Amino acid sequence: MNHGAPLHNFMGLTFNLSNVLMITVASLVVFLLAFLGTRKLAMKPTGMQNFMEWIMDFVKGIINSNMDWRTGGQFQLLGMTLLMYIFVSNMLGLPFAISYDGVLWWKSPTADPVITLTLAVMVLGLTHYYAIKMKGVKGYFKAYKNPMTFVEEFTNSLTLGLRLYGNIYAGEVLLGLLAGSLAFSGAAGFIGAIVPTLVWQGYSIFVGSIQAFIFVTLTMVYLSHKVSDDH
Amino acid sequence: MLTSSLVLGSTSQGFNGGDMLYQLVVFIILLALLKKFAWGPLMGIMTQREEHVANEIKAAEASRQEALNYLEEQREIVKQSRTEAGQLIENAKLQGEAQRLDIVNQARIEADRVKESAKREIVQEKEKAITALREQVASLSVLIATKVIEKELSEADQEQLINDYIQEAGEGK
Repeated sequence: MNHGAPLHNFMGLTFNLSNVLMITVASLVVFLLAFLGTRKLAMKPTGMQNFMEWIMDFVKGIINSNMDWRTGGQFQLLGMTLLMYIFVSNMLGLPFAISYDGVLWWKSPTADPVITLTLAVMVLGLTHYYAIKMKGVKGYFKAYKNPMTFVEEFTNSLTLGLRLYGNIYAGEVLLGLLAGSLAFSGAAGFIGAIVPTLVWQGYSIFVGSIQAFIFVTLTMVYLSHKVSDDH
Repeated sequence: MLTSSLVLGSTSQGFNGGDMLYQLVVFIILLALLKKFAWGPLMGIMTQREEHVANEIKAAEASRQEALNYLEEQREIVKQSRTEAGQLIENAKLQGEAQRLDIVNQARIEADRVKESAKREIVQEKEKAITALREQVASLSVLIATKVIEKELSEADQEQLINDYIQEAGEGK
């Protein structure tokens, strides 16, 4: 489990090339899924179109349970993209992990706190942007009469990012321990590791889906807090 | 060493802002691409379907209303024609009755007329016959008178003669 990271400095910024690779892979997978799923669009949906429309309705449901559709409708694309991207990212690390020369290359991008916190901060940034855009500067600052709101901003972004990271990273660590350590400790260990690995992988799929759902739901909750008038 | 790596993950060394930047940029690109190539068309077709369904419902409602209107109209027409037919039959009956009375009356008048004319004719003929008889009788009387004057006749002869003439007049007529 003591894998190194393929760090690389470029233009004064540190890049973890493994993250870069996995972000690219996850984005490609999401894009291809969505792109190929919406090729043969018809009034009577078939095959992948049904699945895509189900995602659309699912996100619509999440938004509708948090805010008025008139204000929430514009966040649908964001919600769908976030949901699919985080779900795919969570799934990527499940079947295997690839390390080369003691450096971990293939993993879930969401098993890195930097990535999840980036997404969280991006979401929080969006909430501020839409708050100013839809309620004006005056309405935006009115929300800060209560000083606890400041604290909320930090805790929101931290919990949003770290929750996702913690769940996925823990899942990968345990998978790594089961498949990497226990399975190589002898024949008995290999056989003994099969069942818990299977169980844990199944559970991780569940956790990965739930975390993607929670991330999108909380995104919509924060957005509605900022955007709607009754808060 | 194991615990520290568990806590902070695989990238515990340094602050990798590059990843953040990369993640942010890639996500925004992904969002834009998906909006253009996937969600946009998908949303379009879904809205289109919604509109289609709404239109179909509206059309169905309209045609249902139309059918109801037609039904009402047809019902009205049937009712109207029924009363019309009843009226026609009633009229025909009345007319037939009137015609019957008319014909009977006319026949009666005609019969009366014929009877009257026959009566008149009979009377005329009778008059004519009487006149003729009267003339005959006059001429006969003259004739008898001349015969009497011409020759002296016996009473029996005279009687015979008158009877002969009467016989003659009856045959001559």
